[in-house]
Amino acid sequence: MLAFALTLLLLLGIVIVLAYAERKVAAFMQDRMGPTEAGPYGSLQSVLDVVKLLQKEDIVPAAADKKLFKLAPILIFAAVFAGFAVIPFTPDLIPAGIGIGVFYLLAIISLDVVGLLMAGWGSNNKYAMLGAMRSVAQIVSYEIPAGLAILSVVMVCQSLDFQEISYQQGILLNRFPGLEFETNWLFGIEALGINTTNIGGITTWNIFRAPILLVAFVIYFIASLAESNRAPFDIPEAESELVAGFHVEYSGFRFAILFLAEYSMMVLVSLVAVILFLGSWNTPLPNLTALKFANWTTGTVGELSGILWGGFWLLSKTFVLLFLQLQIRWTYPRLRVDQLMHLCWKVLTPIALGIVLLAGIWRLLMV
Amino acid sequence: MERSSVTHKTGFWEVTKSLLSGLRLTWRHFRNADKRRAPVPVMDADYFKQPEGLVTLTYPYEAIPVPENGRYRLHNEIDDCIVCDLCAKICPVNCITIESVKATEEIGMTSDGTKKRLYAPIFDIDMAKCCFCGLCTTVCPTDCLTMTPVYDFAEVDIKNMIYHFTDLTPEQAEEKKQLLAKQQEEMAAAKAAALAARKQQ
Repeated sequence: MLAFALTLLLLLGIVIVLAYAERKVAAFMQDRMGPTEAGPYGSLQSVLDVVKLLQKEDIVPAAADKKLFKLAPILIFAAVFAGFAVIPFTPDLIPAGIGIGVFYLLAIISLDVVGLLMAGWGSNNKYAMLGAMRSVAQIVSYEIPAGLAILSVVMVCQSLDFQEISYQQGILLNRFPGLEFETNWLFGIEALGINTTNIGGITTWNIFRAPILLVAFVIYFIASLAESNRAPFDIPEAESELVAGFHVEYSGFRFAILFLAEYSMMVLVSLVAVILFLGSWNTPLPNLTALKFANWTTGTVGELSGILWGGFWLLSKTFVLLFLQLQIRWTYPRLRVDQLMHLCWKVLTPIALGIVLLAGIWRLLMV
Repeated sequence: MERSSVTHKTGFWEVTKSLLSGLRLTWRHFRNADKRRAPVPVMDADYFKQPEGLVTLTYPYEAIPVPENGRYRLHNEIDDCIVCDLCAKICPVNCITIESVKATEEIGMTSDGTKKRLYAPIFDIDMAKCCFCGLCTTVCPTDCLTMTPVYDFAEVDIKNMIYHFTDLTPEQAEEKKQLLAKQQEEMAAAKAAALAARKQQ
């Protein structure tokens, strides 16, 4: 229960910051100023937006399928929020440390699709229906390359546990129960003879442990953009054609929930990318002979310093990815539906299949 | 004609390069966000030479200065006005309302030496109707009606867009009217008396 409240609070905080950052970053990239009036540099703008949304009337269209319409936002947010349960925030802080975290996460996020379809169908509105259909088609399609990219990580790490995957990517490797006698080699190849177990930092991140995962990371990142309906894959919301996609008919608190779910999805896919590919809560600074950067910036596990450093690295890496998502949104134009499907089925999926194969071979080199 | 566009089958590196150059562009704009456009007037040499930074001006707090001879809000210098009604006549949108009362004696002189013989109990300009053509200022014989560089005069109540330029209070105007009526009565009486005297002759 405490984990639930803390995660929700953390998520709300991040989403508020992200919504503000979205507007400010968009403005700066287009040589505008963004919010300036509410609070210093407009920093209270997103808080005020939330307050405004909470005050608004909750409109349920007369022709809507009321049960589905009302249930959909709750289901969508619940599906995304449930995904946070298995995210390790620090070396010893994880809401629910289950052994099949990766599998659970992929499964629970897929529930999102049901909610989207409910919202689109329940609204009884052509734009909402079209938006929902596109959304579902897109998310279901892109789960395949994303899933394959994740699978290659799982094959390299030999674990479905997010926390174990996290421990493998840093100097704390031998502290995880069951990994006491493991060793990290540079690029994962023992034949090179460079032991990086105590060097840590960026050299033990998954993209370094098995450089083939760098390609998997790019595939996962592209697929994650599509899964969270972000530009350039935002045809489900295509402002210019569909008004707002599946949530046109929503207002007030229900809209706020949908909005929150959308941004939570962004945060979640970035968190997963960081945990699986970019060293999770591990520091990026390696130990260099006498300069023990990795040790200094890891803190002590089980103490406050460990929690603070872990949380700091995890969140800062996540924010870098989130910034990249924003920048991509304001840089690239939207793809057409056929281009979207082409990219997914004919480009990303075959490459991802190849990566899975190569990751398996790489794993053989690692043992 | 053969198409030379980059296709997805051949140009992987070309496409990657162009994607990266797109990201570089937005990143450059993001980095330059600490610079601001300076609110310099159009006469300034730097007006067209500010390619970097945010272009937005936070208007009520900062504004591009307008030229000193900007022609926006009308102003009437009532001391110089001879209440000739020319401006009201030429106005294409009838936004000037003037009511005149003859003075019983000469009121004074305008700054260019014209004698003033009329009071103006009402001299209203409805800036909400004004089309800023400037005709009224060209016909004004004493140059008392001018356009000023003030352009930010929006009002919440549209009644406040009517500018009153008269220097007489309603009481004073009433007094002047009565004075005129009295003088005209006296003159009429004097005229009648003179007529009667001529008839008697």
